[in-house]
Amino acid sequence: MPRYSALSLIKHAITGNRDWPRAWPNPEPKSSYDVIVVGGGGHGLATAYYLAREFGIRNVAVLEKSYIGSGNAGRNTTIVRSNYMLPGATEFYDFSLKLWNNLSHELNYNVMFSPRGQILLAHSPDALDSAARRGNIMRRHGIAARLLSRADMQKLVPHLDYRPTARFPIWGGLMQPTAGTARHDAVVWGYARAAAALGVDIIQNCEVSGFLRDGGRITGVETSRGQIRAGKTGIAVAGHTSRLGEMAGLSLPIESHLLQAFVSEPLKPLLDYVIGFGGHGHFYISQSDKGGMVFGGDLDMYNSYAQRGNLPVVRDVAALGVSLMPCLGRVRLLRHWAGVMDMTMDGSHIIDRTPIDGLYLNAGWCYGGFKATPASGWCFAHLLARDEPDRLAAPFSLDRFRRGAMIDEAGVGPIPKLH
Amino acid sequence: MLRIKCPFCGERDHSEFSYGGDANIIYPDLAASMEAWIEAVYRRENPKGPHRERWQHTDGCRLWLIVERDTLTHEIASVMPANAALASLLDGQSS
Repeated sequence: MPRYSALSLIKHAITGNRDWPRAWPNPEPKSSYDVIVVGGGGHGLATAYYLAREFGIRNVAVLEKSYIGSGNAGRNTTIVRSNYMLPGATEFYDFSLKLWNNLSHELNYNVMFSPRGQILLAHSPDALDSAARRGNIMRRHGIAARLLSRADMQKLVPHLDYRPTARFPIWGGLMQPTAGTARHDAVVWGYARAAAALGVDIIQNCEVSGFLRDGGRITGVETSRGQIRAGKTGIAVAGHTSRLGEMAGLSLPIESHLLQAFVSEPLKPLLDYVIGFGGHGHFYISQSDKGGMVFGGDLDMYNSYAQRGNLPVVRDVAALGVSLMPCLGRVRLLRHWAGVMDMTMDGSHIIDRTPIDGLYLNAGWCYGGFKATPASGWCFAHLLARDEPDRLAAPFSLDRFRRGAMIDEAGVGPIPKLH
Repeated sequence: MLRIKCPFCGERDHSEFSYGGDANIIYPDLAASMEAWIEAVYRRENPKGPHRERWQHTDGCRLWLIVERDTLTHEIASVMPANAALASLLDGQSS
């Protein structure tokens, strides 16, 4: 596959951009592979890429029921951060951020990673203490964190509501200067192109309808494009993990919930940072490179596979947005949509073998899947290649619920909708 | 907006209710095996289609209800009180 470069841009500009080659091929599925990854989102494609690149396994197929990136990879609010507090999560997301830093160069594809900084708002002296504690934990792990005063906030984010009558008075915030956003579709396309260049088959419009078995072992999948055999099968489907689990006979600690996201009409530069608001509600916002305000809030709070959101959450998110940034009141909404989240019983993901031989699981990303894409792919590839979890993935085992070793960042217990 | 027909208050927006999850989960006896408890606390069938679930009418009569709802189309097939005695009392009234 030809490398993208300034030279190739000039060359194709001169010829009117008429003959750019396909970014990746569109192969027919072979009858068997060493590894099949079910799910052509960011995580599945990253898994295939790292399998080929880091672990030398190139006879790999990624099966996607629709087009790649049509699920949650294309439905998130593109935020990348690593301001977690619990052992296991902190290291995992920091590793992910390290991979993000060099991703565009590594993939030879501009994923538009923009580490512009993310600020968690603090609306009371107690919230500021809590932010300081989070910041200290991050710094102990070598993750940059900076506590911001109210005066700092007024300088960095002038459009928040600083009036004495503000519904949520600003006491300060916690900045992770290395966090930011990335272009979600480009991440999918970049991984797909780089994986395909290493020999991975990316097979779209190929829905898995069942598993092939030999005794107790899973030896491949039944799909809408025929049977495909595999030495190992990995599931990275998000939202529909329970359905794949049911086909395999697995009962999983997951509920599917809707999360909505919103984008406004494009505006001139207004917000330089990613802003997060939690505790009294849930709201996060950033401005895309195109100028749209990209924001979201809470789950719709009931089990659903519908990929469309409901109006009470639209109202809540709009109310929070206007409370925090009153100038948003006159901004028009361009689009809103919903994705189906795998919500787990402790709010953390699962990267592990399953009790069934030949079947591996990457699931339960709750709200946080996008930022995890590189580390998730890397760790899942490690698991598929070596048959044992990487040090960073080990805490996120499937049996942690049985062992009482939950990684519950929100501290709310086994109630998926609250994570 | 989902509209839930509360048997006591009539049809209301779902924002008056709070969601209580899968109604097929019954907590086992305290002396039951660890496996039975893990099943009840952590594992969910999470169906795509008809789902029996609990809702509480928090901004109304505050009673717990069992709602049969489709998780793909959001259509509600039935609503009844979670309390079996209340359910049979209502049944008696309607017959």
